[in-house]
Amino acid sequence: MSVFSLCAKRTCCVLVKRPSFIPLANGGHSNAAKLNRTNSCVQSHITNVPRLFSSQPHNPKVPDVATWEAVTEDQLPTPTQIPADLVDKLERLALVDFRTKQGLACLEKAIRFADQLHVVDTSGVEPMDSVLEDRALYLRNDTVMEGDCGEELLQLSKNTVEEYFVAPPGNIPLPQREERAAMMKHSEFSI
Amino acid sequence: MLSLTLKQVSLALREGRISPTELCRRCLNRIKKTQHLNAYISVTEELALKQAEEAESRLLQGAPRGPLDGIPFAVKDNFCTRNIRTTCASRMLRDYAPPYNATVVQKLLDQGAVLVGKTNMDEFAMGSGSTDGVFGPVRNPWSYAAPYREHTGAATAADSEWVITGGSSGGSAAAVASLTSYLALGSDTGGSTRNPGALCGVVALKPTYGLLSRHGLIPLVNSMDVPGILTRSVCDAAMVLGILQGLDIRDSTTIPAPAPLTELPEDLDVKNLFIGIPKEYHAPGLSEETVAQWSYVADMFERAGARVEQVSLPHTQYSIVCYHVLCCAEVASNMARFDGLEYGHRSDVDSSTEAMYASTRHEGFNDVVRGRILSGNYFLLKQNYQHYFVKAQKVRRLIADDFKRVFGSGVDLLLTPTTLTDAARYSDFTQEDNRTRSAQEDVFTQPVNVAGLPAVSLPTALSRRGLPIGLQLIGPALQDKKLLSAAQWIEQRVGFPSISDYEHSSKSRTEREQTSAV
Repeated sequence: MSVFSLCAKRTCCVLVKRPSFIPLANGGHSNAAKLNRTNSCVQSHITNVPRLFSSQPHNPKVPDVATWEAVTEDQLPTPTQIPADLVDKLERLALVDFRTKQGLACLEKAIRFADQLHVVDTSGVEPMDSVLEDRALYLRNDTVMEGDCGEELLQLSKNTVEEYFVAPPGNIPLPQREERAAMMKHSEFSI
Repeated sequence: MLSLTLKQVSLALREGRISPTELCRRCLNRIKKTQHLNAYISVTEELALKQAEEAESRLLQGAPRGPLDGIPFAVKDNFCTRNIRTTCASRMLRDYAPPYNATVVQKLLDQGAVLVGKTNMDEFAMGSGSTDGVFGPVRNPWSYAAPYREHTGAATAADSEWVITGGSSGGSAAAVASLTSYLALGSDTGGSTRNPGALCGVVALKPTYGLLSRHGLIPLVNSMDVPGILTRSVCDAAMVLGILQGLDIRDSTTIPAPAPLTELPEDLDVKNLFIGIPKEYHAPGLSEETVAQWSYVADMFERAGARVEQVSLPHTQYSIVCYHVLCCAEVASNMARFDGLEYGHRSDVDSSTEAMYASTRHEGFNDVVRGRILSGNYFLLKQNYQHYFVKAQKVRRLIADDFKRVFGSGVDLLLTPTTLTDAARYSDFTQEDNRTRSAQEDVFTQPVNVAGLPAVSLPTALSRRGLPIGLQLIGPALQDKKLLSAAQWIEQRVGFPSISDYEHSSKSRTEREQTSAV
């Protein structure tokens, strides 16, 4: 019994007449083609498995080549470079560190990617912050619906005293960058 | 039995052909046997057996709670589960056991469904490969099935040949595909349910934004996140949607369901359907085999009498850029909650509050998460706010308007590919960084999130390499049922195989014969 008729039974579906399965000839997408070449010796094993068929003519409504190209460098503004003081500011704001030079390169690439937005003309377009902007959302009455779970929530914390969360001393800015890096390095070893 | 659809196994349970405890045991055994896939972060064996026993006594009394009573399911590890650790595949939440259930989880438990485990993912759902979580990458079950193994020529599947599941809900997709659960919850912010669904050969539904509650789903991008549904058939996805949809007073962004979801029509007449083929969805890098599938299914609709026309969504190319900026911005804001004070990981550094915060986050987040937080903070800086964040919000409207215009012109549904190619080998996929990969992988999936629309990916064929190829249908907001009806129509005609059809052992052959007799 062929695999196809088995699975047709499994899903209890209507069997429709369709061309027999023939694996596509080589010369398709480059990755797949490359793989096929390196494994051509095993091709014969797979002919009985349901696969794509090449006998099907292409439907003209489906574009047969890519309809757009990636935005090119010359369409973009000059690349952003992040000065050292901005690196420091971002680390303080985000309370995470770049860790390595690669982290910074990653941000610069992310900004470069985002720069493609500037190719789009958005004059006269209102920003959209929610897809539910045109409907009234349900708000419940401002009354306590459930509660008395303070004990339960406090148990999730690593450090509490009575009904308080305990934080280390406050109002102390993060140390300078080098000292900060040393602190992170040290904390990494302790986990 | 394990390869049945949800609907079939539900019937088997009610007819007493199998008991919930036996079914649960078989799934748990299967999880053990497929451990190498790394699909689960936690397996809730004890609890599952207890729930199965309860379901069993209800079924024996002839009083099941509903069609899901006694059916094993899995949940992505970014949905809160009461007293069961919920890690987001991050060191930050490694030992976090939430005190409550996410609404969608609670609704499944209320139906008597049996939770077998929490599934693996990219850390905080940031990724498209399920390769970037602290518990290691998820392996695509099709890596070990005969069609791919014969193709690669490695009878024992050489370790370097295995392919990724896609992501970020790769564990959930692998769980459903490898027959360890009949249903899994994923989350879908930019394609995180549909992408692994396509690469693992299962049905993956991203419902209309707001139709399913996000309460208890640890947020990534609040304005785009939706819980996703992964099943082995379209009919199963519809059944689960019917149970999960609707207003939740714990999530103010939920909307009432348009109508209770009744069964999908078994024999849909597509003569009155207008299927749009958005030309921009032939993006650079789309594989020839995927184009062939796209064309084949378009033809199928046309020959059955549906109207099929090429349409244009002109801003598609910029959607991924818009998504990238909005995602980073919301991530920067959402991740601010992880400070070590109230829950989750806390660093031992205690020289100051700020130092404790910074080192907790340094230790707790991986490079991808930290990178997105930093990018988001950059885009939200006072001097960049208009230039990047507001600009992206404007492009968002253009993308939503593209869809509005097309659906306003009479198009019922859009037919597109789900991913550019079939699944990549892990060793190839990790050659590029997470951001680059996400930009490639999410190209066809995230516009739907940007616009809040429903979409479903379903497998249609195996590629030359023996790996699943998926197509996507997109519908107008709240037309989830119409979307699924058309998806089922396709499903009935493509005859996509189950992974169990390719298992070698005599045991599975017997199982298959039993199955085919159902």
